[in-house]
Amino acid sequence: MAGKNTARKERDISPAIGAATAPKLDRLVHERLRLGILSALSVNESLTFTELKKLLETTDGNLSVHARKLEEAGYVSCTKSFEGRVPRSDFKITAAGRKALERYLDHMEALIQAMREK
Amino acid sequence: MGTRPEPVPMHAHAIDNLRYIRKTMERAGSFTAVPGIGGMLMGSTALVAAWIASHQASGFSWMAVWLGEALLALAIGIAGAELKSRRAKLALVSGPARKFVAGFSPAMIAGAVLTAVLFRAGHPEFLPGVWMLLYGAAVVSGGWASVWVVPVMGACFMAAGSAALWWTGIPNDAFLAAGFGGLHIIFGTVIAVKYGG
Repeated sequence: MAGKNTARKERDISPAIGAATAPKLDRLVHERLRLGILSALSVNESLTFTELKKLLETTDGNLSVHARKLEEAGYVSCTKSFEGRVPRSDFKITAAGRKALERYLDHMEALIQAMREK
Repeated sequence: MGTRPEPVPMHAHAIDNLRYIRKTMERAGSFTAVPGIGGMLMGSTALVAAWIASHQASGFSWMAVWLGEALLALAIGIAGAELKSRRAKLALVSGPARKFVAGFSPAMIAGAVLTAVLFRAGHPEFLPGVWMLLYGAAVVSGGWASVWVVPVMGACFMAAGSAALWWTGIPNDAFLAAGFGGLHIIFGTVIAVKYGG
């Protein structure tokens, strides 16, 4: 229950600027590492845990935590398998994840545009 | 008591985030600026050009048809890359596109020089081989850092060019239709299906 509440809180925080009219900022995507995971997966069919770790220059623990959050939100899917005796996790971005990233990009562009027009 | 740090303006944070997304996508590497749909279209126009060129009586008009096709293909390529980059929210001058152009240009310039020299020297029979060989070399070096299918396409063009130079008895337009038409359509389809348009 508490986990669910946290996830909702993370998703629904509006930015200070234009909060009344602007679409809500997806805090799940807004976090740096999660944004990196979604960006990397959006241009690849799939990436393994090790590839993502190397690409985003992060630690096992950090990547696990953030990848799980995205998985719980349905933004990425994870397939676990074995390569010989070594476990392997393949991550893919889902349609919802792609949409969330696109929404986030639009949001950032809208923010920049709004400041330029001021 | 320490002074409070200046708050970062919202739009500066947004710019920083967009920059981070772009860098991550570029580093993720599999994004290819080469447009698959553009390649398919270039292949289709090359097939039409091959048919028109095969009906030309003079060398000059034959050359004019293929030069026109080259310009049309260039325009399609640029428009396709622009569209694809825009869809991926990357500027056309982003890392992958810049790397492609830097590797692609030298062999293309060499091809333009050789075209003028061979045509002036009265050896247009070598042109299809030279065009495909150098276009292939340009694609291999431009697409080296791209997805595997791009340098493979370049290598196929190089093979087709070498074959055209070797077997000069086969009609030029047949080679050009197979190369610029067939290879573009086949690899363009693969890129469009597997690598986002």
